[in-house]
Amino acid sequence: MMLKFPIYLDYHATTPVDPEVFRAMAPYFTEVFGNAASRNHEFGWTAEAAVEKARNQIARLIRATDKEVIFTSGATESNNLAILGVAEMYREKGNHLITSPIEHKAVLDTCHFLEKKGYEVTYLPVDSYGQVSPEAVRAAIRPTTILVSVMGANNEIGTVNPLAAIGKVCKEKGVLFHTDAVQAAGKVPLDVEAMGIDLMSLSAHKMYGPKGVGALYVRRRNPRVRLAAQIHGGGHERGMRSGTLNVPSIVGFGKAAELSERLLPDETARLRRLRDKLWDAIRSRLDQVYLNGHPVDRLPNNLNVSFAFVEGESLMMGMKELAVSSGSACTSASLEPSYVLKAIGVGEDLAHTSIRFGLGRFTTEEEIDFAIEKVVSTVRKLRDLSPLYEMVREGIDIKAVQWTGH
Amino acid sequence: MAYTDKVIDHYENPRNVGSLDKAAPNVGTGLVGAPECGDVMKLQVEIDDRTGVIRDAKFKTFGCGSAIASSSLATEWIKGKTINEALAIKNTDIVEELSLPPIKIHCSVLAEDAIKAAIGDYLKKKGGNGNSASGG
Repeated sequence: MMLKFPIYLDYHATTPVDPEVFRAMAPYFTEVFGNAASRNHEFGWTAEAAVEKARNQIARLIRATDKEVIFTSGATESNNLAILGVAEMYREKGNHLITSPIEHKAVLDTCHFLEKKGYEVTYLPVDSYGQVSPEAVRAAIRPTTILVSVMGANNEIGTVNPLAAIGKVCKEKGVLFHTDAVQAAGKVPLDVEAMGIDLMSLSAHKMYGPKGVGALYVRRRNPRVRLAAQIHGGGHERGMRSGTLNVPSIVGFGKAAELSERLLPDETARLRRLRDKLWDAIRSRLDQVYLNGHPVDRLPNNLNVSFAFVEGESLMMGMKELAVSSGSACTSASLEPSYVLKAIGVGEDLAHTSIRFGLGRFTTEEEIDFAIEKVVSTVRKLRDLSPLYEMVREGIDIKAVQWTGH
Repeated sequence: MAYTDKVIDHYENPRNVGSLDKAAPNVGTGLVGAPECGDVMKLQVEIDDRTGVIRDAKFKTFGCGSAIASSSLATEWIKGKTINEALAIKNTDIVEELSLPPIKIHCSVLAEDAIKAAIGDYLKKKGGNGNSASGG
């Protein structure tokens, strides 16, 4: 098979819409265009039926019931609604929230916003793999704690958290448990009952659905979670999220969830094999490469590696046939290296050398074979250019050098 | 980030990559930047003691494409120049030549610093009157 360039290996950022999803969506732009809230004619009923089908497809993916799925514009909104909605609704019970420092910005910035409003937030330290300890959650819970928010899997390093154990602690303590499951959904089995999850954020475009649509799972019993609406209007979605439903995208999201659930066992095995092939080749052919994240409890499609003495952006520039991302500061507007790598104790020197590979449904073995050769040759080339690699080979302790810095 | 053709050219065909004997009396070495900042440049000059002309220049850089291009360009420019001519090169000249965006200006600053550090190291070896910010 002929390879097409560039090869997409950034499936954590977004995914293409699966052709089957696209076909399912198509009629809902033109022929079946009704407003799902129109209760008085056929157009509305058809649209509503399509939305309800999608709700069911998404509920099945996470073992929820249909009515517990609230549609939003995406996971950023879902995270905002979960955290702000709980904070406002349960303000009389308490003002304390618990989260981790490696959450997505949609969670962290929302927590920072609440801190300015007088709430207190505990950012639990994560271990060197990026996992939150259930015992640390237990120790941090106070009488005033109203929410624990811990991500299912990290978007950079792919580490999967022990959700069931954290959920159990939250249940015992009577505290609501929210998880941002954007990266985990469709890649690891999720079960809101078995895991004791009360709120879960989902995004369609990370699971081969369209961009601009997401969902928030909101538990309806044991306990019944109440949320203060953050968007006001027609009282759609059980009053929690007003706004005309984006029917074509919701239909696509539903189909994407159905496909993800069906393909999960086979895809997990296939992706894990390809990912391991990539990592095994890299570490056997290059010295001084370091895995970031958990060696076992990680997304099957994620590989995050620091290639010591080679700066991430220049590495990406040298392998422009591969679409990957880096934790290097140079790739972001902020000039700050990845806060996730920093939180798990990766030094800034190594953070600058990290590359994230995200494999997905359309990744082929040929693409991984090509990627291996490209990565190895580019790292070798750049190490020949690296004063640090030269110094290390001369036996100089780089950490002991007095750097001038900038 | 989109790179200009000149940056890509220097990145793909870097000029004067390598190392000179840092112990040689007529070789000056500049090592600037820091691994924690994501940029380290090592720039070396071999200077004709009699004429003060830079006969050879080599570099190695850990950094982004713009940092590699800035140091590659710097070595290209200083070869054949006198010490004073080389010291007159400003980071803004590099920014202009490579059309670096604002977020990459620090790469050009580092290249200018590397030139000054390398020449400073040479001068220090010669008479102890250099003002090198760092050594090799």
